[in-house]
Amino acid sequence: MRAWQLSVLMLGALLAGPAVAAEYAPLPGGTFTSVLPADGKAAPAKIAPFRLRTEPVTNAEFLAFVKAHPQWRGDQVAPVFADRRYLTHWAAPDALGDALPQQPVTRVSWFAAQAYCESEQARLPTWYEWEYAAAADAHRADARRDPAWRERVLQWYSRPSSQPLPAVGGAPDVHGVRDLNGVVWEWVDDFNALLVGSDSRDQDGADKMKFCGAGAVSMQEKENYATLMRIAMLSALKAVDTTNNMGFRCAKPAEVLP
Amino acid sequence: MKRLAPWLLLTLLLAGSAFAATPLPPDSVYQFNVTLTDQDGHAQPLAARRGKVQLVSMIYTSCTMVCPMIVDTMKLTRKAVADPSRDKLALLAVSFDPARDNVDALRNYAATRKLDMRYWTLARTVPKDARALAALFGLQYRQLPDGDFNHSSELILLDTDGRIAARTTVIGRVDPVFVAAVDKALAPH
Repeated sequence: MRAWQLSVLMLGALLAGPAVAAEYAPLPGGTFTSVLPADGKAAPAKIAPFRLRTEPVTNAEFLAFVKAHPQWRGDQVAPVFADRRYLTHWAAPDALGDALPQQPVTRVSWFAAQAYCESEQARLPTWYEWEYAAAADAHRADARRDPAWRERVLQWYSRPSSQPLPAVGGAPDVHGVRDLNGVVWEWVDDFNALLVGSDSRDQDGADKMKFCGAGAVSMQEKENYATLMRIAMLSALKAVDTTNNMGFRCAKPAEVLP
Repeated sequence: MKRLAPWLLLTLLLAGSAFAATPLPPDSVYQFNVTLTDQDGHAQPLAARRGKVQLVSMIYTSCTMVCPMIVDTMKLTRKAVADPSRDKLALLAVSFDPARDNVDALRNYAATRKLDMRYWTLARTVPKDARALAALFGLQYRQLPDGDFNHSSELILLDTDGRIAARTTVIGRVDPVFVAAVDKALAPH
């Protein structure tokens, strides 16, 4: 074996081995104008201070997780927790193959994402936490009014989904969080709380009995359709679903200062 | 054929204990490890309900709109089931409002709504597990700032092994297709 081959192997082992503890960045939270009004009409969301994982969970990190928790291996997971496509882009249940260690893990179900986050003493972020975090750019906590922010977010949506996923580690935003827009779709804890039908105008009519309560969730900020598209995508999913581009990151409560 | 009958009976009697030995089907909701606390304060794993055919839904007890109709529809559906097997059908309503639906609230609700606790169970769990249970059953809910919830209204039929055998979004009246599925799940195999 030549020296370069050995070093490639060693690098692979380093990357695939148990990663250093994931980094979480503190976010102050506060009052946030979501595209989904809290009361279905106009009320802003109130977000408590929290910490967000600075990067999406990678293939290498998820591989280490399934090695430690074999019930989440692709060949052992119960179908009530993940569909048949779960982790099928890996070469084997315990080997990445062509999937790169530093690419975000995808083809993971909501249940698998929750279980992974629990292994980091964390949880999935709520939709409001995610949307609030993703509103930032390099300089501002809320850059959504800036056409450049919208343009950048939309550019990602126009990228063909057949292209390989980029590695994590994009430029940090003002909070120190990376890759919220432009790498993968991400699961949120309350994906099944967004209640937007394929056509939300119908909610007062046909779906009135299906959905109780205030019924219609009117969507605000209609010009921010990249975010609305994300909500539509999340709402359409079941917790066992896995897709080529759906990954996740985790969140934790704010650190309690002594 | 007649000589087999006692064996069949014995098998049925033993079925309860036999379940413990048989591995769960992979698509059973009992694969999910969650503790439910009922209206009497008894806590047990969801999987302890294995062996019962049951109707399941999620509600919150301070709900004044569709939830009472969900409970009524569960009652009506049970009534519509063929008589001899009706006794084997259990009804379970889990709260997605753990903050307000403590054991007392569940007990009061059972009394106010005159639920027959021989076959009804009202249950609560911790917030994290309420969200996961909803995900497991394919139900949606969202709390509003005033404390009310938007939520989907569906009845789910679980077979004895906890597989989702049927579901209906028909609320306020009996869904004949759903009742047929309940009859089928209750029929001796």
